[in-house]
Amino acid sequence: MAGLPAGVRYGRPIRGGIHPPYGKELAADSHTEDMPLPARVVVPMVQHTGATAKPVVAIGDVVRKGRKIGEAQGAVSAPVHASISGRVTAIGNFLHPSGREVPAIVIESDGTDDWAEDVVPPVEPEGMGAAALRKIISEAGIVGMGGAAFPTAVKLNPPAEKKIDTLVINGVECEPYLTSDDRLMVEHAVEIVDGVRFMRRILGVGRVVIGIEDNKPASIRAMAEAARSLDGAEVVALETKYPQGGEKQVIKAVLNREVPSGGLPMDVGVVVQNVGTAFAVHEAVRHGRPLIQRIVTVTGPGIAAPKNLLARIGTPIKDLIAAAGGFKGEPGRVILGGPMMGSAVYTLHVPVVKGSGGVLVLHRSDTVTEEYRACIRCASCVNACPMGLMPNFLSVAAEALNFDEGKQYHPYDCIECGCCDYVCPSRRPIAQQIRFIKAELRKKAEKAKAKAA
Amino acid sequence: MADQPTPAPEKKPAGPEPRLVVTAWPHVRTPESVPRIMFSVVAALLPATLVGLYYFGANAAWTLLWSIGAALGAEWLIQRAKGEKDTLGDGSAAVTGLLLGLTMPPSSPWWLSAIGGAFAIGIGKQVYGGLGHNIFNPALISRVFLLIAFPVEMTMWPVPVPPFPGLDVVTGATPLGQLQVGRLTGKGLGEAVDVSLGAAFVGSIGGSLGETSALALLVGAAFLFAKRIITWHISITMLLSATLFALVFWLIDPHRYTSPLFHLMTGGLLIGAFFMATDMVTSPTTPRGQIVFGIGCGLLTMVIRTWGGYPEGVSFAIVIMNAFSPMIERYTRPRRYGEVRT
Repeated sequence: MAGLPAGVRYGRPIRGGIHPPYGKELAADSHTEDMPLPARVVVPMVQHTGATAKPVVAIGDVVRKGRKIGEAQGAVSAPVHASISGRVTAIGNFLHPSGREVPAIVIESDGTDDWAEDVVPPVEPEGMGAAALRKIISEAGIVGMGGAAFPTAVKLNPPAEKKIDTLVINGVECEPYLTSDDRLMVEHAVEIVDGVRFMRRILGVGRVVIGIEDNKPASIRAMAEAARSLDGAEVVALETKYPQGGEKQVIKAVLNREVPSGGLPMDVGVVVQNVGTAFAVHEAVRHGRPLIQRIVTVTGPGIAAPKNLLARIGTPIKDLIAAAGGFKGEPGRVILGGPMMGSAVYTLHVPVVKGSGGVLVLHRSDTVTEEYRACIRCASCVNACPMGLMPNFLSVAAEALNFDEGKQYHPYDCIECGCCDYVCPSRRPIAQQIRFIKAELRKKAEKAKAKAA
Repeated sequence: MADQPTPAPEKKPAGPEPRLVVTAWPHVRTPESVPRIMFSVVAALLPATLVGLYYFGANAAWTLLWSIGAALGAEWLIQRAKGEKDTLGDGSAAVTGLLLGLTMPPSSPWWLSAIGGAFAIGIGKQVYGGLGHNIFNPALISRVFLLIAFPVEMTMWPVPVPPFPGLDVVTGATPLGQLQVGRLTGKGLGEAVDVSLGAAFVGSIGGSLGETSALALLVGAAFLFAKRIITWHISITMLLSATLFALVFWLIDPHRYTSPLFHLMTGGLLIGAFFMATDMVTSPTTPRGQIVFGIGCGLLTMVIRTWGGYPEGVSFAIVIMNAFSPMIERYTRPRRYGEVRT
């Protein structure tokens, strides 16, 4: 990138990583468009890490946009809200992007689009304390918008013994093709920074570092400009490289701190939040609006008119694809999320959830599907691993079902970014093999525990 | 949801849906593949092969045909005998056969080349389980076997007679051979060695089929560097350590020990460093381990060249270091992110 705006510095290089074809140009310059109101939404009760929310409406109820329809259960959970106005026509198990069927509420639109009467802007949020702000965020159903979907209010409430000194805002968006965070930063930098202001107040920290990959110069400019209104905030440009946006990678790149193996960012005094999450916090705290919509990049070589759509939660991706001009050519894979860590779906009747940053359509010819071969020890994966692991040995151990052997190579440190798979000339499914080792070791540990008890 | 009696209506899609490919992430992959790597290595060896044919002609062609043919034949037969998939397409057997041929005397009898090719694949690779599982570089372990089993045939060095000579052969000593004779007979270097560095650069010297031309090997190596199939970690390190070793002894006594440049340009150091030591299967996968491996290859080569019973030490050095690969790898693992040292 030619010349950074004043006050923006470059972050440190991260270990490993890859440079896949980015494909961001397909949608990067298309201004976010409002999706037409969907006729019907399927709102899953699980769109977050943690306990499934419990429906609090009945079939036949008339709900308005923003009304809470699912109540959070337990400490780590998030409520769910009606994303359109209309009538509840079904409550049951429906397909979720994860591939499982989960409890969901179906709402048929009545054509109106008014907010529920209880959606009102909080009074004087500027004067509120941490607990009150966290309650607003929690009630608004806000979860991490970067994909992991961890309930934000919980993440903003670290245990007292963990001294937090820095809030890191993740605007990296390193997944190829996706541009939803990029558009959000370009179009709503001021609102994002406003959300950051409240998150910072909740955490009681002074320092804010916003990390953005250098292939998004417009975002860097917009955020640097907006961040000027926030003392102690700075924007850091990061090398364009996948998985630059991994939580651990961002922390290393902007602060030169390493989260200890097995630990969490708060162990090094850091809380990381995505830019989309910051925007959602702004919406909730300033306007009282719960999280019922998000920007979704509908893109890829298999989409006629790639674009960024502001879509209601629960909209079937079929509608999103139609709104982006439909398919171009015959679709090969339809992926919810990016090409590196997104999940391929088998039907277009999957709903958009809070963590869905994109719908990517690839042709068959865009991907490689062939049988994998023996490891030729080329070391590509060793060089690509951002965590410094030896994926080659993990892969071979998984193939031999030798999980104890695999354990020596630290599978739990794997962040499942898939770089090893990407570079493997033998097409070995290394990342999945590592997940397999983790799952088997976990099973074994549980069995041992049950035996001991 | 037991407390929700309503069955979910309309789970089936309303319209016809596309047939989609569903696999686990990641959904995109590098176009690089095992066959592409192998055939890139073949391409990188073409300049050296052509120079070999130019200077040694029909005999060289015959040697290569038999070594490659035997390697491919052995691979095909053994995969068949194991009841496994045909693997000729991955290109690895072709690379092994070609590499072996290029390290043989250019007028080897057909049976020597054939035994070599079959040994490389059969004993060098397949007994370990095939591609990816062998401990030693198959071409080199076969060459070492031939050198020990057939010492006479493996040290008959034809004099280069460009362009593209026929089957007649006049033999002579290789530069390193001259060096050894000089060392053993106590002659001074000037008397023993009559090879110019210019000749070694273009390849008009005696030696193995594909090792004589430094220029051709450097061109091939540049191609492999550009394609990122080899890195400096092993190749450059091996050359540097050999050079340093030679430099020290040369500075001590330039009449007894030859110059680093002579060592670099003659014998198998270049082909060994760029095409043999860098064999992925038999070298360490850790970056630091590769450096250790490269240093080991370079130093052992020079130890054998300087004090050994054989004039040339590259094959032995690499094969010995191959055996150390697993151990080197074990002690040179990369530093993990967030590693807590205890």
